[in-house]
Amino acid sequence: MRSSKKHVWRPFLLELAVYAIFLLVYFLCVLHFLGGWLKTVFEHDRAIYAGVAILLVIGQAFGLEILTGAILRWLGQKTS
Amino acid sequence: MFFPVSQVHLNPLVLIGLGFVIGVFGGFFGVGGSFLAGPALFALGVPFHYVVGTDLAHIVGKSIVAARRHRALGNIDLRLAFIMVAGTLSGSECGVQAIEALKRGAQVDRVVGVVTIIVLTAMSCFVGWESWTALAAIRRIGPGAGSATLDPSPVEQIAKAVQRIKWAPVVSLPHSGIAAVSLWAILGVAFVGGLFSGFLGGGAGYIRMPSMVYLLGIPTHVAIGTDLFEIIISAGYGTVRHALNGNVDVLIALVMQTGAAVGARLGANLTPYFTGPRIRLAFAPLPLIGAVLVVYGLIHGHPH
Repeated sequence: MRSSKKHVWRPFLLELAVYAIFLLVYFLCVLHFLGGWLKTVFEHDRAIYAGVAILLVIGQAFGLEILTGAILRWLGQKTS
Repeated sequence: MFFPVSQVHLNPLVLIGLGFVIGVFGGFFGVGGSFLAGPALFALGVPFHYVVGTDLAHIVGKSIVAARRHRALGNIDLRLAFIMVAGTLSGSECGVQAIEALKRGAQVDRVVGVVTIIVLTAMSCFVGWESWTALAAIRRIGPGAGSATLDPSPVEQIAKAVQRIKWAPVVSLPHSGIAAVSLWAILGVAFVGGLFSGFLGGGAGYIRMPSMVYLLGIPTHVAIGTDLFEIIISAGYGTVRHALNGNVDVLIALVMQTGAAVGARLGANLTPYFTGPRIRLAFAPLPLIGAVLVVYGLIHGHPH
């Protein structure tokens, strides 16, 4: 059990460190500038806002999944 | 960080941390985590009408990440998930209509609060007792009982009785190891889950996941993965509905999702190391936490 827990935690902590850097860049570049545009859409057309909202959520989920997967593969190559 | 849609200032690190904790719960237990996220967002200062919709939007993203991990682990029964979506959506609509009817009688806070406390407390006690009994049975079996695939339940006769109901059409769920079960039984379980989702808010995974295990006889690991897949569709529908009514601040959901993505991955990756009864035993206190939060909200005038 101890080795299996190590197998889960070690790549996870490494992934977390690399992920945090990506996250900072993402906040500065994307979310900061997206806010104003989303507010405008929210006030003018709720149907478009609803469509954009669900697409952003789904898109980010797949994007994060691909990113975390890529980080794990990269870390795996580095450690091996 | 300023969130212009809901006009609130929130610390993004707190949102990421909250998303991470809920992500771990979601990935490990197959629940949306709204019982924790809703009160937490409200406590952080998010207006209540944004809390419900934003929480649903964040649940969609987190469930996608967790469900993809569970799919890789072979924990999703797609046939079961698509059947359940129909029951969940219709149940959710009935739950929303029930809330609207109660609003007209001005009793909504008290009725919803009391129903929530009773349901969550009963669920917590039952799951706690059942999983403890199952673990005692595993210990009696002896060495080799630690396999994560071992998933006994002292109440498995309930699922067998449900599977004996042969109202047409009858479907087989080979991925879940069920030869034949009435479509109406699956729709009934999904409808009840959807009813609670519409009535109490959130994804109601705390009702649906145990119901799939105890009433339909779905193995715990498959119930978790399938519930997450089903939540993507039902919570996605709820997100669009709430966004049309102006109840979603998608920026808050996106920030929470960045933490939830890592948490959900971790939670999903941990499930193979635990047996079904161990996961259910760890799950048992969660509905109780939700009940305590509702009691606190009723005492302090939380607008449910």
